[in-house]
Amino acid sequence: MQQAIYLAGRGAISCIGNNVAENIAALREGSAGLGPIRYLSTVHAASFPVGEVKATNTELAQMAGWSGTNSRTSLLGFIAAREALQNAGLWENDRVKQQINGKRLRIGLISSTTVAGMDLTENFFPAFLENAAAGKLRYVRQHEAGATTERIAAGLGIKDYLNTISTACSSSANAIMLGARLLKAGQLDIVLAGGTDALSKFTLNGFNTLMILDQQLCQPFDKQRRGLNLGEGAGFLVLVNEKTAALLGGNYTVKLAGYANANDAHHQTASSPDGTGSYLAMKGALEMAGVEPAAIGYINLHGTGTQNNDSSESTAIQRLFGDRFPAMSTTKSYTGHTLAACGALEAIYSAVSLEEQVLFPSLRVQQPVIEEPGVVVTQLRQVTGLRHVLSNSFGFGGNCSSLFFSLT
Amino acid sequence: MFINGASAISPLPVFDALTKGINFEFLTAAKGRVAEPDYSNLIDPKLIRRMSRIIRMGVVTALDALKQAAIANPDAILTGTAFGCLEDTGVFLKRLVENKEEMLTPTAFIQSTHNTVGAQVALLLKCHSYNNTYVQRAHSFELSLLDAQLWLTEHAGQAVLVGAADELTDYSYSLLERFGTFKHQCGGEGAAYFLVQSAASASSWAEIETIHTLYQPTEEELLELVRSISAPAKEQPVDLILSGEENHDEKAHLYMNVKAAAGDNIPVVNYKQFCGTYPTASAFACWLGAYWLKTGTIPAGWGPVMPAKRILIYQTDNLGYHSLILLKAC
Repeated sequence: MQQAIYLAGRGAISCIGNNVAENIAALREGSAGLGPIRYLSTVHAASFPVGEVKATNTELAQMAGWSGTNSRTSLLGFIAAREALQNAGLWENDRVKQQINGKRLRIGLISSTTVAGMDLTENFFPAFLENAAAGKLRYVRQHEAGATTERIAAGLGIKDYLNTISTACSSSANAIMLGARLLKAGQLDIVLAGGTDALSKFTLNGFNTLMILDQQLCQPFDKQRRGLNLGEGAGFLVLVNEKTAALLGGNYTVKLAGYANANDAHHQTASSPDGTGSYLAMKGALEMAGVEPAAIGYINLHGTGTQNNDSSESTAIQRLFGDRFPAMSTTKSYTGHTLAACGALEAIYSAVSLEEQVLFPSLRVQQPVIEEPGVVVTQLRQVTGLRHVLSNSFGFGGNCSSLFFSLT
Repeated sequence: MFINGASAISPLPVFDALTKGINFEFLTAAKGRVAEPDYSNLIDPKLIRRMSRIIRMGVVTALDALKQAAIANPDAILTGTAFGCLEDTGVFLKRLVENKEEMLTPTAFIQSTHNTVGAQVALLLKCHSYNNTYVQRAHSFELSLLDAQLWLTEHAGQAVLVGAADELTDYSYSLLERFGTFKHQCGGEGAAYFLVQSAASASSWAEIETIHTLYQPTEEELLELVRSISAPAKEQPVDLILSGEENHDEKAHLYMNVKAAAGDNIPVVNYKQFCGTYPTASAFACWLGAYWLKTGTIPAGWGPVMPAKRILIYQTDNLGYHSLILLKAC
């Protein structure tokens, strides 16, 4: 029997809200946060809609209570991570609460990011290219992925364990997975796991060279889909094992019952036509949870809106579920693709689906990729008896991860 | 956890060490670039040409470690990289600035992703196993090793490919030099991969007895840990310390105190004089320690008189990252 891992707290910031409540309200209202670029300085501002967090860096710094030069990635990450600790009752005197009933708990921060402090680096680079001695060094101090996690950890007061994962778009799903493993092994008592990515010129231009950006609002899991919209944000979950759950005395309703990471081993950026990696990830997560495919009530899809991903993912689902499809939708139609953050944000949305017995619709779907009526959720749907959901995150490098959440 | 295959590429030519030995020379080039071996025996030259230096050295050491252990398809591929694929990141950034975000090509962007090395290994092997990449500064390699150790306790009998890779580019050298990183020590880079399993085999190099990471500990916490690692080994003391200490290191007193806490009069070899300074240099040290334990060829005067049985690797930096890896002969 697998030891249970409970979701004890959550925090989110994205283009649809600066906290979890705002995110969920937008999902319930069917209100996307995508639109023209307002905050990122780029020549492509008029070309591609994106999902920007609706705040300048100065405003984010005020929310965080931070001063000095900080990467937008660190700011977003801290704001979501702090909310998760507050939500778990583990925030006291402006830092993480480590003593519970006289016991000093070991707390780990497992963050993830793909761009890290690139938002600062790309502002530094023009001067540096002109003259290697030019440019202010404080703008590259947070370039490294590990540096953004350090900054977040310093803000939270976490020192016991720091780690950063960077596996492209599956990063925060892998952070959650590692957190669960460390908790099961008893190496940590509490894990704050998630991911953060700010929008940057680097990623916007990179995805543009791959010609997978939609110039309109994206239509993931629609036959007429044209590509993805990039987003930004951060999501963090507080995970605890059974021992810590007993100590905290929380009444946790959702547990992480399974997870798996598999590699597609097909291409550096493209997914295989038969969806091998995603199939193996979903199958592995189900096997760990000891649940048959038929018991899955809902899949929060990776569902980016690219031709390639949605075709590969739907093929993998078909392989696993046959013609008995669970309901499914993609919340990237609200948030855009938040890269390293999406696994954690969508884990949070999945947990709320379980708790509130509600399925959030995919927006703008006219001709669903899976035609069977009702499979691709297009209207807010109240359900009963939803017990198990899958959340998919697939990334460059063939990195595919699936998380399996159940009601306790 | 046993190292049943190990391979490294470093500024010190070590790739063929098992057959050719090592001619130890201190690194003198300010930008310590790796001595690249002839890759053609291990990988298709057409593929090699498309790879940046970090991908080349990562992929080739990974394949070499697998070959030694006769493992075709590992059950997990774990990679640590503090900086990621800097060459391609720099190329894409430069073009982005110079071309004002227009007329860019995807290759550099595609290969700039931090998980490229681990992904390329999986792609070449057609390996669908668990694949992860850790990017936590000077703990990137150690966190990968710790995951390997945990994975092997969860999955009995499996084989894990685990390693680290970092490259030094002209841009990163200029920047790190401005931060003072190379004031007393040459810059370095390198890749090392290990095939680890729970049981020893005919191809074993060494056993990894313990791995510890500490972030900004008090000195007492650090020394207590060093004593606790060294204490159970009273009958079999630490014979040699592979130390990350640099020339004129600001942390010299810490290195001295760690040495004293590990035991009396233990010989010390400062490994960064061979591989240069970079955050995942401990992966090179792990390879070198395993090599010495396997071959018993520590140069005269550097190590104990008797063949070394236990080697402790310790490194720290100015950011407060500390790590300890204890290797044992098998």
